[in-house]
Parts: sequence; C-alpha cells; structure tokens
Amino acid sequence: MKILKRQYIILAMLLFAIFFPLLTQNEYLVHVMTLSFIWMIGVYGLNLLAGYTGYLSLAHAGFFAIGAYSLGLLTVKTQMNFWAAFVLALVITSVIGFLVGLIALRTKEHFFAIYTLCVGYIIYLVIDKWDSLTEGVRGLIGIPAPGNIGPISFQTPLSQYYLVLSILLLSVLVMYRIIHSLTGRTYIAIRNSEELAQTIGISTIKNKLAAFVLSTFFAGLSGALYASFIRFIGPDIGHTVITFDLLTYLLVGGIGTLSGPIVGTVLVVWISQQLQFLQDYRMLIFGPVLTLLVIFYPRGIVGAIASWNNKRAGRTKQLALKDTQKDDRFASSEIAPENQVKEG
Amino acid sequence: MFLETRNLTKRFGGLTAVNNVDFSIEQGKINAIIGPNGAGKSTFFNLMSGFHSPSSGKVFFKGQDITSLPSNKIAKLGIARTFQTTNLFEQSTVLDNVIVGHRLRTKSTLIDAIFRTPRLKHEEEQCREKAMEVIEFAGLKKVEDKLVGSLTQEEKKRTAFALALATDPEIVFLDEPAAGVNPEETEGLAELMEKMVQNSITVCLIEHKMRMIMKLADKIMVLNYGEKIAEGTPEEIRNNPTVIKAYLGGSASA
Amino acid sequence: MEILIQQLFNGLTIGSVYSLVALGLTLVYGILHIPNFAHGALYMMGGYITLMMMVNYGLHYWPAILVSVLAVGLIGVLMERLVFHPLRNAPPIHDKIAAIGILLFLEAFAQYVWGAEYQTMPSPYGQVVQLFGLTFTMQRLLIIVSAIVVMLLLYMFLKKTFTGATIIAMSQDRDGANLVGINTSRVAILTFLISGGLAAIASSLAAPINLVFPGMGHLVILKAFVIIILGGMGSIPGAIVGGYILGFSESLGATYISNDYKDIIAFILLVIILSIKPTGLFAKGGH
Repeated sequence: MKILKRQYIILAMLLFAIFFPLLTQNEYLVHVMTLSFIWMIGVYGLNLLAGYTGYLSLAHAGFFAIGAYSLGLLTVKTQMNFWAAFVLALVITSVIGFLVGLIALRTKEHFFAIYTLCVGYIIYLVIDKWDSLTEGVRGLIGIPAPGNIGPISFQTPLSQYYLVLSILLLSVLVMYRIIHSLTGRTYIAIRNSEELAQTIGISTIKNKLAAFVLSTFFAGLSGALYASFIRFIGPDIGHTVITFDLLTYLLVGGIGTLSGPIVGTVLVVWISQQLQFLQDYRMLIFGPVLTLLVIFYPRGIVGAIASWNNKRAGRTKQLALKDTQKDDRFASSEIAPENQVKEG
Repeated sequence: MFLETRNLTKRFGGLTAVNNVDFSIEQGKINAIIGPNGAGKSTFFNLMSGFHSPSSGKVFFKGQDITSLPSNKIAKLGIARTFQTTNLFEQSTVLDNVIVGHRLRTKSTLIDAIFRTPRLKHEEEQCREKAMEVIEFAGLKKVEDKLVGSLTQEEKKRTAFALALATDPEIVFLDEPAAGVNPEETEGLAELMEKMVQNSITVCLIEHKMRMIMKLADKIMVLNYGEKIAEGTPEEIRNNPTVIKAYLGGSASA
Repeated sequence: MEILIQQLFNGLTIGSVYSLVALGLTLVYGILHIPNFAHGALYMMGGYITLMMMVNYGLHYWPAILVSVLAVGLIGVLMERLVFHPLRNAPPIHDKIAAIGILLFLEAFAQYVWGAEYQTMPSPYGQVVQLFGLTFTMQRLLIIVSAIVVMLLLYMFLKKTFTGATIIAMSQDRDGANLVGINTSRVAILTFLISGGLAAIASSLAAPINLVFPGMGHLVILKAFVIIILGGMGSIPGAIVGGYILGFSESLGATYISNDYKDIIAFILLVIILSIKPTGLFAKGGH
C-alpha cells in the first residue's frame, strides 16, 4: 500500500520535471531548474560519502571545479571533441579523487574534515594562481555547449534541460541501486561503526575508497555539466563556499536519504530565487537553518517525514501485533517470554 | 591446536597490560577469561581476537599465524566477535543489521550493484537467508522487523550475537555478553551460548558474572596484573589458592 | 642578510597572530573535542567590532579591543550553550555541520551590517621605527609584544589559578573531571569565552596591517587548524610553537619561493603531515 503511494509520488515528480518547461514557458525558470538539476548530481555525490559512509568531505567543490576545468580546458585549449573531453574530465576527476582518497581516508572524523578542507583550498588556490593554465581570476571563456549525439543537438536551453534531466535521472538510478545493494549496506555498516564493520569482515579501506571516488565522480560530472551549461567558469566554483552550499542543500533535504538531495536543492534554490533581495545574505537564513536542522532534524525534511510516517505506521502495526503476540506467548516461549511484556 | 597465543605481550607506554601469556582455546567448548578489574582481560581479549596487535608474541589459528592480519581478514578465516557496547545501528531493523553480516562471504562489487547483475541478486538472497537463519537461531524471530533502538538490552545482545553468527564463524569471541542484563535474561543468553557450542561453534568470552561463568564454562583462564595465574576447569579454578588470593586482594565484588 | 632578518621579523609578527588564533582553537578542542569550524568567524567578528568601536563610537584602540574581546567571548559562549552543548552526544559529523552553519551565518551577518568592502583599521601606532638598521612599524612590534603578554597571562591563569587548573584537568580527562566534581558545563562556557576573546585580540592586532572584510577568517582558521594538527590537537605549547613555525615558513616562503603560493605552504605542510601520521603529530597514544 505504502509502496504504491511512493511510486505515485515518484511518477508525479517525474512528470512534473518532464513537462515543467512546457508549463512555465519562462526561459529563466527553465535555466534555474537546469542549474538545480546540475547541483543535485553533485549533492548526490556528497550524500553517498557523508550521508551513507559517514565521511564529511569538505573538498567537494574542489572536485566539482576539477570536473568543470578539465572539460573547459580540454575543449577550449585543445579543441577536443566535446564528449571525448566530457568522458576524460570524469576520468581525470576520479583519478585525482582516487589519489586524494588514498591518503585522506587514512584519517578519520575531524582530521578527515580538516584534511579535505585543506585539499579543497589547495585545489582552489592552484586554479586561482596557475594563470598560464587556467587563466586565473580572469576565468575560462568560450566553453562549448554539449556536442551533438547523433542527430540530437544540445544548442537550445530546452534541449540542455532535457539532457541534464536525463543525466540526473541516470545518476539517481545508479544511486538507488548502490544504496539498495550489498555494497550500500556495506557503506552504511561503515558509517554506523567502523570497528564493527571490520570485525564482520568488511575491508573498510577498500569500501571507503570506492565511496570516495564515486563521490568525486559525481562532483566531477556535476562540474562538467555546469561548465558546458554556463559556458564560463572562474576559480570561485572551487571555493569552499560552494561546498557549503551543496552541504546546505543536502542537509535541508535530508542527509543519508535518497530523495534528500532533490528536495533540498529544489527548495533552497527556489527559496533563494524568491528572496532575490537577500542574494548575498541568504546565509543569514540558511546558516541558522543548517545549525537548527542538525540539532532538531538531523535527517532533514525527508528524514522528518519518514520518521513521522514510521511512527504512524508503527502505531497501527503495534495494535495489529498485540493480538498475534498473545498467541505467540503460549505457542513458543523458547526464549525469555518476559521481554514481550516490556514493549508497548 | 585450534586457537592459541604464545608469549603474548602488550605494553602501553611504560605500562605492561598483558605480560607473556600462553593460552589455548579448546575447540567446541566454552572458554572463559576472568580476573579482577584492571587485570588486562579486555586487552588480552582484543589481542587474541586480532582486534589489536601485540607488542610481542603471536596468535595462531589452526596453525596459521594471524598476529598481524587486519581484523577483516581474520573475520574471513572464521573468527567473529561482539563488543560490550553492541555498536549496532539503532535506527535500523534487526534484520537489516544482521544481513550485512554475511557480506564477507559474497563477491559482488559496485559494478554488480549498478547493473543489478544476477550474481548480486543471488548473493542478496543468500545474505537474507543467512540472516533469517541466525535470527531464528538467536531467538529474535519476533522482533526481526523492529528497530534495534527499541529493543531491550538482552535483545540487543542477541542481535549482536546473530550478526557475529552471520559471518559463518568457527569461533565467536564475546566481550562481556551479559553486562547490563538481568539474571533471568542472563540465563537465556547462557542457553544461547550452549546452543552455539552444540552447533560446533567454539565460544570464548570475558565476563564479570562469576556464577554464570562457573556454571557455563568448560575451561577458564585467570588473569591478574596482565599475567596468567591459573587455567583449568571451573572446579580447579574454584579451589586454586592463587586465584582466591587474587580476588580477595583485589576487588572481590565479582 | 637584511632581507632575511626583515622576513624573520615579519614571520614573528604573523606567527604571533597565528598562535593566538590557534590557542583558542586548541583550548576548545582539548576540552570539548569540538573542531570549531566557526572559530574563523569569531576572528572576523573581532576585527569588525574593534573597527566599529573606533570608527563609529570614537573609542581609542585599546578600549575598543576590550569591548571586542568581551563581545566575541560572549558570542563564543552563546555558541557553546545554544549549539555545541545540545549536540554533545550527537554523531561526530553533526557538530562540524552546526559549526559551518554558524560560520555562514556570521559571515552573512557581517556582510549585511558592515558591507562586503575591504576596510582599513586606523592604528594609533603607525609610526616607523628604526632598529639595528632595519625599519619596522610600531604596530608590528606591538603585535609581537602584545601576543607574548597575552600568552603569558593565559599561562599564568591556567597554571596558577584554581579555575585554570580545572580547565587543564578537564582537557586531560573529561569523564575523570566529571567524577571528581568539576562543573564541566562551567568549564565549557569559560573555555569558549577565552577562545572567543583570543580570536578577537588576534584580529584586532592584525587588522591594522591587514584589512577587515567578511571573509578575513577563512584562511586564518584553516591555518590555525594546520597549526594545531602540527602541534598536537589540544596542546597549548604546540599551538604557540606551531604558530611561529608557520609564520616563519610563510614569510620565508613568500620571499624565497613564491609570493603567489605562500598560502599553500600551510596546506601542503598539513597534507604531508597527515599523510604520514593520520592522527596528527604528537597524537596521544591509545588506551
């Protein structure tokens, strides 16, 4: 019953996303929505690592920037074919992610957070200062829009919208499959307790590294899409401010939940749009929101709704269970029957 | 020899927590390690189960030197353990907690997950079946869909047992399994341990509850100030003057 | 040779500021095991409050600093009470995110109230001094001397007073401190007060030779983290020594390697250290 309901919600969201450009007819809104989709992909990457594996990486914007700059430099400076550059950008980001992860994951908790914060800053500073390669503060101009795939061209905002949407859906599917697999369970076990995970035979190093690389892959994917959509990038996209933005989206939606990145990103981006006058001061609101959420609703909006649902379901279920339990007590009291009395 | 330690020593700075201990675990029996507070039981336990590495000395499992193996590899050899604080994921159900316990016997990777390969489906089924089996074994059938956070202390301990059993171990190390559990429930846990041994799983535990140990254990080793002072059947230990002295001299409140 | 001495002197100046910031950070970490990512925002607030007191209320430099120390100390206390205290038993990822939330808020707040522009703080000690054939500004000398005085005062407070002793006790063993009846809440409040105060002093001293702007805490806090990892998380002498080491490496690096990349030095240093020793230098051994 409940599963059916959830399917309807997903279907409704999907239909809305597909028909959104036709509904609004407003190019600016389509632009904002496309951008939101791009952020979501990056947020999913952060979610896999911070939400499911328990490692808060503050270098996320750095990898986002590596993806964006890789694509930008390959297309602008070497005139490489767009999709070849796109794939190569993802490979570059993942390889750097692998190397960083190899060392960063030797550290834990706050050491990891500080370490990645510093890695993020190094990436930012290198982009900012390495003028001859990255054009430094002037930024990189003239990044081409996605190249044609067969007969389909991606020159119009509308086609780009659908391209990004498709990639987002693919990302969500991949995420869903990972989380709901033995691999996902393995990550969650690590988040819960690394000690326990190790003693049940899980190689925490290997699994953490896989999660880290995957997380940087999605950051890179998001960055590459951003570069080809906005067509201009500057060092600022690698700044920790972007990491904190992504973290805000994730936390508002719900860290460690599958739909959190979508809900959080849409909500925060749209509220920011509505509060245009706030622009640079949006953190006056979202900063405290972040802090309050962590204190009161650590799993964000989606988490709060889920636990509310659980409570409701639990109540009805418990009522139903009471009858069966009564019978059970007489049927099989092999183990400590007094436990059952304690519940309820 | 099933599992044995040779000259096992652990120093922390200037302090020797475990000093030169030789001990062997008997297969198919319940082995217990006891000692007054601060005797180095926990340290020894962590060394023996491969969780920490010793300053010197060796640990052998079925003739293989496992001293420097990482804990995940040790688990694969068939050595499982539980923690005193169960460390379970409280916001998740008993079943979901236990399923991952069989992960080490599966091979599917990230790629399998992304493409939902038949291998993954098969292995997920395998893990689920294993989890059901050990949940049944641990007497948790009725609470398998409950969140671990809502369980009683005893049920949590049973869940931790089940998780350890899901790894298909030959030996299970239990760290104070009956801590924080009332006497009646302790009885139930003791029965579960006996059931494990009947299913040819060797048990080794450290425990404070003397009455339980004396009734349950087949073999006992006593540690004091990091050194082995006695080893034998409960009967032998009960009448050993050195042990009596150690307990009377230290904290007798066991 | 003259350049070398000049740079060593600069290193001493920057190092003094770093040490003060790192001290506040390490005190909080040592006692509450919170890596306070919002510490840089406290530093920034300190700079602005001093500036505001001087420009808007016409206070002299020193009383302005005093107000700033009290105000920022109070912000620190509020942070502890409203955020970190409720989160003390939460998973470790939470207090970091909460701190980031505070940081984002304070920065936006500063920008809202005081604007995004870079502002200069007028110092009454702008005069140039000739010493051993080298030229210094008074302000730089002042930074060094004041930092040393503050550190000495802090040292005496921690070593010679009862309250100081309880802070030390708690930093060594929190549960133990609780057992022997130390009011851990009170110590936590006091620690945040001192930590905030130190940040305010540091930024007020440094502001006349740097600038005041909403993002002024970014690099400083990162470097302070590097320092306390270098010197051992929670170690007070470590924070001081680490601060000066970083100050010297930066000023020498800026001259002899590259001025553009001098900010990277700290991070490279950290990456190297953590790559070799994942739990930091001088990590306390396991139990």
